[in-house]
Amino acid sequence: MDPEAVRLFSIFFIGVLLTLLAGFYCILTSANLIRTIIGMEVLTKGMTLLIIVVGKTAARMALAQALAITMIIIEVAVIVVAVGIVLCVHKYSGSVDVKLLRNIKG
Amino acid sequence: MLPLFILAPLAALLLLNLPIHRLTQKPAWWAALLLSVAQAVAAVAVPVSFWGRPSGLERFVTLGLVTDNLSRVLLLSIGLVTAVALLVGRETIILPRHRSGFVNLVLLSLIGMNGTVLLDDLFSMYVFIEITSVSSFVLVAMNRDPDALEGAFKYVILSAVATILMIGAVALLLLVSGSTDFATVSAVLRKSTQGPLPKIAMGAFVCGLFIKGGLVPFHGWLPAAYSAAPPAVSVLLAGVATKASGIYALIRLTTSVFAPDPSLNNVLLLVGAVSVIIGAVAALTQTDMKRMLAYSSISQVGYIAMGLGCGSELGIAGAVFHLFNHAIFKSLLFVNSAAVERRLGTTDMNRMGGLGSRMPLTSVTSVIATLSTAGIPPLSGFWSKLIIVLALWRGGHFAYAGIAVLLSVVTLAYLLGMQRKVFFGKTPPEWQGIQEAETGLTLSALVLAIITVAVGVLLPLVLNTFLLPIRGIL
Amino acid sequence: MTNLDIVLLICLVAAAVATVMTARLLRSAIALALTSAVLTVLMFRMDAPLAGVFELSVCAGLIPAILISTIGLTQRLTFETLEVRRKELLRRFWYLPLIVVLVGIAMTHVRIPLDFPPPPPPAAISVREVLWNLRHVDLLGQIVILLAGAFGVAVLVKEVKDGS
Repeated sequence: MDPEAVRLFSIFFIGVLLTLLAGFYCILTSANLIRTIIGMEVLTKGMTLLIIVVGKTAARMALAQALAITMIIIEVAVIVVAVGIVLCVHKYSGSVDVKLLRNIKG
Repeated sequence: MLPLFILAPLAALLLLNLPIHRLTQKPAWWAALLLSVAQAVAAVAVPVSFWGRPSGLERFVTLGLVTDNLSRVLLLSIGLVTAVALLVGRETIILPRHRSGFVNLVLLSLIGMNGTVLLDDLFSMYVFIEITSVSSFVLVAMNRDPDALEGAFKYVILSAVATILMIGAVALLLLVSGSTDFATVSAVLRKSTQGPLPKIAMGAFVCGLFIKGGLVPFHGWLPAAYSAAPPAVSVLLAGVATKASGIYALIRLTTSVFAPDPSLNNVLLLVGAVSVIIGAVAALTQTDMKRMLAYSSISQVGYIAMGLGCGSELGIAGAVFHLFNHAIFKSLLFVNSAAVERRLGTTDMNRMGGLGSRMPLTSVTSVIATLSTAGIPPLSGFWSKLIIVLALWRGGHFAYAGIAVLLSVVTLAYLLGMQRKVFFGKTPPEWQGIQEAETGLTLSALVLAIITVAVGVLLPLVLNTFLLPIRGIL
Repeated sequence: MTNLDIVLLICLVAAAVATVMTARLLRSAIALALTSAVLTVLMFRMDAPLAGVFELSVCAGLIPAILISTIGLTQRLTFETLEVRRKELLRRFWYLPLIVVLVGIAMTHVRIPLDFPPPPPPAAISVREVLWNLRHVDLLGQIVILLAGAFGVAVLVKEVKDGS
């Protein structure tokens, strides 16, 4: 691996890790189901960036773009279903407080 | 022929949702049932040579699917359990409007599961795992019960974490090998000049699959989702959805893609053993029938992981066999709990008792499922557990073999406890007038029980047609 | 690979941290759109225009629209609860940026083991060919998962007229 590509990858890998950190932090400390969904979104942003950076480093940009596009579409479907669940929760209990998620390891 | 497994449910889904309501609502359920039964039959009856033959359909859309005996076992399980779930759904979901939504989602999860077991590319397999998961999210939340919504949302969050791990692994493997299909990745991984990066990728992918399959310590979503979901959905989830997505992928990766790695095997053994212990011990303390069965599922999947962790042919054969058996007997247990729930309206075991005389078929099939789960000869569960224990013993993991045997006793304990509380003993006055459940439930229970007994008793036949061909994948 | 890319990366991380830390949900959703926009620019700079366009239209357009409409449908915060939230979030305020900066500095000293031979270069094919010839199963999967999302939401949100 040529050192220029290694440098690029290392720096962007750090960026991806920090974004993932922010996303996990959001999910862990959210007080609201919608904020949890936003946290999931941030995580997916990080992973999309990782795929693109890998594509650039390994000179596989076409494949990486195809993977990224598929990932974005999957993310849309998951977000849409999560929003549907949140709307149901809201309708049947009047709030979107995360207290409904009693304990994570339940 | 193979693309039919994905395209036929898709075509059915599209055709059955045309806005011609009077025409499409009634046949919808029957079409789905027909598809799943046809799949089960095709997985067994159609000889292997026929599979590779390109049909007219393939010239139109080559999907690049492959199959081998492992996939056939999974296809059979998927077909059977989906058919059973549809039968249960017919009896337990009352409104036709809900039923059509249920059938649509079951068809979608069928597409997802079939795709997962038939593909040979890491990323495509992940896409179809996600399809199964998305339809499972909605299936769990379908009746909009608050517990169900909570279980579904937990499942969504943990599934997102699993996605992160799996995509991260795919990205790293793409960096190392330049492609995502099994052949290229496995060729590159076995060259062993790659440094620690592939190992990290492997570990991340395996952790993602642990989350999807419900192994400890990533099982947080499983009890809530299984117990609060509608009964038909619990059958589908426990029987195949988690197994086909998470556990099948684990088996496929450890046998075909990742290089044999002692640390990976040790992790599998440890995680499997911990799952077996925690699942069984937690199941002992439950008073809700479905929650107990959920923890029991975690425990049984631990056995499969331990079988995988042996790394030997015997262990992997035992793991696959146990996967199939688990699909059958766990679905049977959930069908019984669905029958009880349908008649009684509750799943709290402390309020039940003496249902054996009133629901004879349910109680007899439940006893058969209990004995099979606990590993009592000559039922099917005994043989698969025996193979796993033998593989552990031969591999030198004596402690793990001991754990497996001991926890079988605990399994028997909590399941017999369930039997005693629910079916034997005195009937509380409120349940005096209870009758046997409807035909759909009893029929599916009967079919599953017959399969459990047949697979156990006819073991020599099963051994030749089922297990020995599995060697071919190693 | 210039300094502009590094600046863009820092902007991305900052936007992500801002998304997590804003007190009001609406601002969080808009910050999410901003994060997507920065990611799109990064993608364009790394020769991934098609993925960049997708990211911009979907993740900076469709998803924030969905989120904002959900927030609108479920928003019930009065001013008192807003103040309570702000105090809780102030507690959050110090942790995350501190952690992010510290981890970032720590990671620059860690060497990522990339000392393996690079994969063989592929045939020069465009994204369209990759999507259609190589990864057509993914296309099928995309269609199916969109159907799954559509049917799923239809099942979840359909009004139940008989009052159950």
